[in-house]
Amino acid sequence: MSDLSSDMADTDRGEKSSLSSHVDGTEDDVRDWIALLKPRVMSLVVFTGLIGVVVAPGHLHPILAFTAVLCIAVAAGACGAINMWYDRDIDAVMKRTRNRPIPAGRISPGGALGFGIVLAVGSVIVMEVTINAMAAAVLALSIGFYVFIYTMWLKRRTPQNIVIGGAAGAFPPVIGWVAVTGSVDLIPLILFAIVFIWTPPHFWSLALWANDDYRRAGVPMLPVVAGAKETRKQIVLYSLLLVPVTLVPWYLGFSGAIYGVAAAVLGLGFLVCVARVFTDKQDAAGVSLTNDAPARAAFKYSILYLFVLFAALAVDRLIG
Amino acid sequence: MAAFPPRPTGSEADVFRRRRRGRNIAIVLVLAGLAVLFYAVTIVKLVLP
Repeated sequence: MSDLSSDMADTDRGEKSSLSSHVDGTEDDVRDWIALLKPRVMSLVVFTGLIGVVVAPGHLHPILAFTAVLCIAVAAGACGAINMWYDRDIDAVMKRTRNRPIPAGRISPGGALGFGIVLAVGSVIVMEVTINAMAAAVLALSIGFYVFIYTMWLKRRTPQNIVIGGAAGAFPPVIGWVAVTGSVDLIPLILFAIVFIWTPPHFWSLALWANDDYRRAGVPMLPVVAGAKETRKQIVLYSLLLVPVTLVPWYLGFSGAIYGVAAAVLGLGFLVCVARVFTDKQDAAGVSLTNDAPARAAFKYSILYLFVLFAALAVDRLIG
Repeated sequence: MAAFPPRPTGSEADVFRRRRRGRNIAIVLVLAGLAVLFYAVTIVKLVLP
């Protein structure tokens, strides 16, 4: 449900924790509970969910559309909270996550888990009552996939964790579409495929420079298990697969020239970015000699890429 | 003999009160938002065919 790069989302809340950490029961404040929801990750999830609503054929009253997107956002936040509860041990040893509310001791693990479960169940119930049962079912499926398949099963067991787990972050446009139409169609599955194939190069670009953290925590990310060189190769391969898939909505006639041109130009930019990652100055093991500057640039571009690509699809549908 | 936690000092008690107040306000806002949302959704459902 959440974008998997969520692990990098919230590292800026730790400095205040020592202020009153010894005042029993008062360590947390509202910002800590918001941090549990991984709000930065939520923005991408909300956006892709909104695009699913906008591009779907048919009409959903704006208040119901808002409710559907809110349910998607709350469910994503719930996934973030449950993920932080489950991963509190590895969060505590990773530099960029050790100041999260649970490892920093500002929120109890049980409190975070309860918070996540209430939000997850609540979002599914509200989706069912206000929108439709199919959208609620897909929402529940996405939460279950993220929590049980990705967080609890795959993440610590296989370097393919974010490849398969990437499906969790690909659900929002499908949920948005189903909220309007009540059924799953080919186009939302293509949107699903775009986010699904986009996730590995996006996340591995991050993993290249966060490699040490993952190694310390024992998380078998691809750069940890297979090395940086193999990761660079996989980034290029997934990107080469991604670009043609983004052109499918145009090829099928679902979208027009605006989206087609945008997908082609953005895809070209993406390929240039990952080519720079592949040809980065590196040692024999593939470790960057430039502090992974191309990988950092590719990670940033990948976020912009998905935002603009989906925005172009929405604009194309609204104008065309 | 039970060991009691140390009594919070003045500044710690202030921090405690400020955070409790922040949480209370947040909960009130969330509940009010939900009430407005459910009311609006109900009206929409009643009006829509």
